[in-house]
Amino acid sequence: MTVGDGRMEAFRSEVGDSGAVCVRGGATRWGVGGGSAGAREVSAPVGIMALEPAEMTVMVGAGTTLTELAGELAVHGLEVGMDGPQGSTVGGALAVGRSALRRRRVGQIADVLLQADCVGADGVAFTAGGPTVKNVTGYDLCRLLVGSLGTLALVGRVILRTRPVPVCSVWLAGEVEPDLVLEATYRPASVLWDGARTSVLLEGHGADVDQMVETLARLGLVPAEAPVLAPGRGRWSGLLPDGGVLEVGSGVVHQPDDSGPPIVSEGVLNLAARMRASFDPSGRLNPGRDPYSRAA
Amino acid sequence: MRDLVAALDPERVQVDDVARRLYSRDASVLRGGRAGVICFPVTTAEVSACVVAAVAHGRDFVARGAGTGLAGGAVPCDEPVMIVLTRMDRILEVDESRRLAWVEPGVVNLDLSRHLGGTGLHFAPDPSSQQSCTIGGNVANNSGGPHCLLYGVTSAHVLAVEVVLPDGEVVVLGNEEGDSVGYDLRGAFVGGEGTLGIATRICVRLTEDPPEVATLLLDFMSVGAAAETVSAIIAAGMIPAALEMMDQQVVEAVEPFVNAGYPTDAAAVLIVELDGQPAGVADEIRRIRELASTHGARSVRVAADEGERERIWKGRKSAFGAIAVIKPDYYLNDTVIPRTKLAEVVERIYEIVEEQDLIVMNVFHAGDGNLHPLLLFDAREEGVMERVLAAGEEIVRVSVDAGGVLSGEHGIGLEKKRFMSLQFSPADLEAQSRLRAAFDPDGRANPAKVLPSGASCGHVTSLGRLPEGTWV
Repeated sequence: MTVGDGRMEAFRSEVGDSGAVCVRGGATRWGVGGGSAGAREVSAPVGIMALEPAEMTVMVGAGTTLTELAGELAVHGLEVGMDGPQGSTVGGALAVGRSALRRRRVGQIADVLLQADCVGADGVAFTAGGPTVKNVTGYDLCRLLVGSLGTLALVGRVILRTRPVPVCSVWLAGEVEPDLVLEATYRPASVLWDGARTSVLLEGHGADVDQMVETLARLGLVPAEAPVLAPGRGRWSGLLPDGGVLEVGSGVVHQPDDSGPPIVSEGVLNLAARMRASFDPSGRLNPGRDPYSRAA
Repeated sequence: MRDLVAALDPERVQVDDVARRLYSRDASVLRGGRAGVICFPVTTAEVSACVVAAVAHGRDFVARGAGTGLAGGAVPCDEPVMIVLTRMDRILEVDESRRLAWVEPGVVNLDLSRHLGGTGLHFAPDPSSQQSCTIGGNVANNSGGPHCLLYGVTSAHVLAVEVVLPDGEVVVLGNEEGDSVGYDLRGAFVGGEGTLGIATRICVRLTEDPPEVATLLLDFMSVGAAAETVSAIIAAGMIPAALEMMDQQVVEAVEPFVNAGYPTDAAAVLIVELDGQPAGVADEIRRIRELASTHGARSVRVAADEGERERIWKGRKSAFGAIAVIKPDYYLNDTVIPRTKLAEVVERIYEIVEEQDLIVMNVFHAGDGNLHPLLLFDAREEGVMERVLAAGEEIVRVSVDAGGVLSGEHGIGLEKKRFMSLQFSPADLEAQSRLRAAFDPDGRANPAKVLPSGASCGHVTSLGRLPEGTWV
């Protein structure tokens, strides 16, 4: 049920019910899946609308930057399992749908979104999901929206699952096979491999992290700066491209450029086309973008 | 029928009255279903052939696993072709280093974790019916369980699904790596209650066994104090692996059975399970002891060994068996409310039940606000069904009014579709029907379920008993 909020109504009216339209967030990944193709640009509401530490949820305008949200949550020792380039917005990160680098600990981005207040292609506001941390009521529209690049509906306001910030976190790196690092650790937040060096992010209680640091030191891993990763995305195919870094366990390769379209079967593409047509029969939402034209 | 026999073999196509009666119901209280021909395919190609044959003859089809669902999701309405997947029960591949497994839909949930014994890995979703429910059913219902508080419900543990779509086409949604390419059609499919197609192979994520596990039993002189402690634990930034509440009625009923040492004079007890690495777990035990004492806990007991841990959990899991001595019949509800409203809503549930002159026992996943009020009654008593249904409906209304949702883990099925408009506006429901229509434009897959706009199944109304051995 959509809670009455002037900002959502203004957003709905801005989107309207005709003409090509897209939402502009921080535009940090504006080219992913295509571009705006001259569609009219609108902005989603900005600001934190309700922060409930005892519920571990936060209601936030989709136009809010990840940095602003992180700052507010940090006051309460909380975070959301999302990341993105400096200036990214909550709505943008959800639309692009790339899971956080720390996904092994914080989970996939699709699991962060609990409720989304949207405007459909017909200009009518609707709500996907629900405000509680557990919910199997009806179809899982939230998961469908994450990574859809705004082609199914435009998201104005969301409720996200928050989680406690880890007490202690440390990056280590060394010339070791990633499998050995995985065997020697419990739920590392991230494991990266550049073909020679493995970097690992350990999180948890101080004494537990110290214990793992000690174990990994024997394998030759030493404390290191957080790695700086190339902006592009590709998918693991068994070989690392030049300058590529594999996120072990996710199949994502961080590389200088986005690689070509991944192989998706015709059956899946047909289903996806039916999905897009079902939500947006006239093709007015982000007409320049195709979620299947991007790398990862 | 002839097409189905040709596609499978005569032994695996049944139409006798006994089979049709057996497959006309599931573990829900809903009665009156009518099964058509019942098929037992063993390959993806056979499932596809069943779907194609059903649709070619203008029949609907309903997929079914072990039939342990509690919302009537597998109850057939107008003699559909029943596609029973329990014979597709092979564990196809376990990749320990990548922590994933490919399984067929008929694999029983607990069998997968048993199969993984010794690898240091397990399948995290642990619905109460895990000894008999299938992983295909878990995918259909996006099943939960006590340990989903920390680890997430089934959707977080399904990487990819091979699906026979309602036109018979076979597609693989998702991929072994997890992050979706294009639309997250895998995420849309999980929890579809069999209305979007049929899962024929499932790639599940495996979870590392935690090196340290601690189980705590806290007891309180009021439900309110227990509920406030739940909120305080979460607000303090701790997410236990499981956080369960049982009220006095439950404790009194189960203690004689399990001798877990539950204090039978307590108004409520909490079972808190913490897992992870030793120092983190020890620190959380210390913090929970402190919070418990400031919130009025009478005692905090930490299980000393595996035997004591098992006894504490056994009591939690025995609630259903134990209540049979109180009343012969029961109706179980499943709603979720904001955790901070627990005390208030549970209090209201006691009032509702009192008004309807029934008995209620509350045993539930408190950590995520997932209520499971269990209404006890004797079906032989005249007019009792009306009172049970009235109380059930009022509990749903109170939960939604408190900012909650209709279901946390049982799904909508037939049971709750009439309540969908309490939570969703017509536009919300329209958006959901758009998702369904993309998968199943002709409405052949398990129709009359989930959305109130679907076909009716009006003859399925009566209530019956839950099977023995079920817990919630």
